[in-house]
Amino acid sequence: MPIENIIFYAFLGLTGLSALFILLSKNILYSAFALIATFIGMAGIFVLLGAEFVAITQILVYVGGILILMVFGIMLTNRLSQAKVETEVYNKFFGILISAGLFYILAKAIEMADFANMGWMKNAPSAPSSVQDLGMKIMTDYVLVFEVIGILLLLALIGAVRIAGNTREEGTDAA
Amino acid sequence: MYAFLFFLNFVLIYTIFAVYAERKISAFIQDRYGPMETGPYGLLQTVADLLKLLQKEDIVPLAADKRIFKVAPLIIFTSVFAGFAVLPLTSDFGGSQIETGIFYLLAIVSLDVIGILMAGWGSNSKYALLGAMRSVAQIISYEIPLGLSVVCVIMVSQSLNLQEIVYQQGIFINAIDPNAQNFLFGIKALGIETTHIGGFLTWNIFRIPFFFLAYLIFFIASLAEANRAPFDIPIAESELVAGFHVEYSGFRWAMIMLSEYGMMLLISFLGAILFWGGWNTPLPNIGSVALADWTSGEPGTIAGHLWGAFWLVSKALLTVGLQIWIRWTYPRLRLDQLMNLSWKYLTPGAIILVLVSALWRLLMI
Repeated sequence: MPIENIIFYAFLGLTGLSALFILLSKNILYSAFALIATFIGMAGIFVLLGAEFVAITQILVYVGGILILMVFGIMLTNRLSQAKVETEVYNKFFGILISAGLFYILAKAIEMADFANMGWMKNAPSAPSSVQDLGMKIMTDYVLVFEVIGILLLLALIGAVRIAGNTREEGTDAA
Repeated sequence: MYAFLFFLNFVLIYTIFAVYAERKISAFIQDRYGPMETGPYGLLQTVADLLKLLQKEDIVPLAADKRIFKVAPLIIFTSVFAGFAVLPLTSDFGGSQIETGIFYLLAIVSLDVIGILMAGWGSNSKYALLGAMRSVAQIISYEIPLGLSVVCVIMVSQSLNLQEIVYQQGIFINAIDPNAQNFLFGIKALGIETTHIGGFLTWNIFRIPFFFLAYLIFFIASLAEANRAPFDIPIAESELVAGFHVEYSGFRWAMIMLSEYGMMLLISFLGAILFWGGWNTPLPNIGSVALADWTSGEPGTIAGHLWGAFWLVSKALLTVGLQIWIRWTYPRLRLDQLMNLSWKYLTPGAIILVLVSALWRLLMI
């Protein structure tokens, strides 16, 4: 077995096992750490698929940004209130029903789909995409989407500042 | 693979002597001798300390979250060491030359925050938790000016590949792009071509003079990233004992220290590569006195490897020395001053510099 395959299966195992762990663990903090492992495993799979830019963006945005803030939040609530934050199981029947149904639909769809003969697979360039091409595409063909995402992020920023910054009277209880 | 073995051994040996240098330099600044007993001039002091650390009992606090506590130092060291994977050491030797080198480096290094959070939370100690929270807040804040100052360099060099960025700063620029030219201060209109003069004239910091400000921001932010004084508020001895690693002992503590010094080295390498010409020689060709040609070998030859490694390692170690000097010279910043500096001064400054580099790039082509 070539070394690439071994690495691929290692990342696959990491992703799968940590995803299972998220489901089975009751400790919310452990689940958050397992989610980090899932994302890193997925980043590894992206690299082996030739999409290294996506992989690194995944690490930078999800692991380095979002998840760290999430863990930070869990830790603060967990230790300060003394009560353990744990997940509990509700609605077992409907939960199992819906997830089994979704799994069936997905498995059926993947089995029926003929990926190799799809148009966008056949027309895809065989050379790995370069960062330069990606930048050019974003600034020309997809510039509208890019700008809209920028505005969305700006809105989120303003919203966060509004929620976090305007709850106290300046000068009365500011330290 | 060879780069992995080289950097692993280099980091280990460097750390031993960096700790020794730290003690000696601090002793010099405070007008005392420092370690003198073990070996000549106390040279073996850190080796002895290391041997002692390895023999120590691995103490895990009873109330600690044991799994998280035990794995945290490994994660911190792994994420810092993973950053070395893309560093070009010489013109033909170094880590992976992926197209997204610098992007990868910044992303992977930010993972050490996870390890710090795990260490602080898993210790189940107030000091450790406070230290970890301060540390994470500080590292996340200073990643923004750090990233923006790196973006300045990327704007000018038009590449994320670290090896390419280094090639652009020396006499071998034509090895990657036959038509590339360098001009004095990067301004083409001046008409003074420095492509074959090389030396410090083609370094980014000289090619684009205002990059000195960008480097200043980069350097300050990198001190904060490595939790070094004057930004060592996460491990402030006088209030938090030792911050997030207060409960660690023996080998695990040694790993945390190793990653702190590893981070210093990594960020020094990065600064040298981005701003100070990487493995390029500082000496320019002056007419028939071809100093640049004499002090750098052709890429791929043994001379090229030796000169390249010599220049890059010297630059990085000098920067580490500068970090040590600053640690023992400046007092620690207060928490609010720390955040003010990052958000009110460095970040807006870095954003302006990104704009200026875009304009400067227009002068270069």
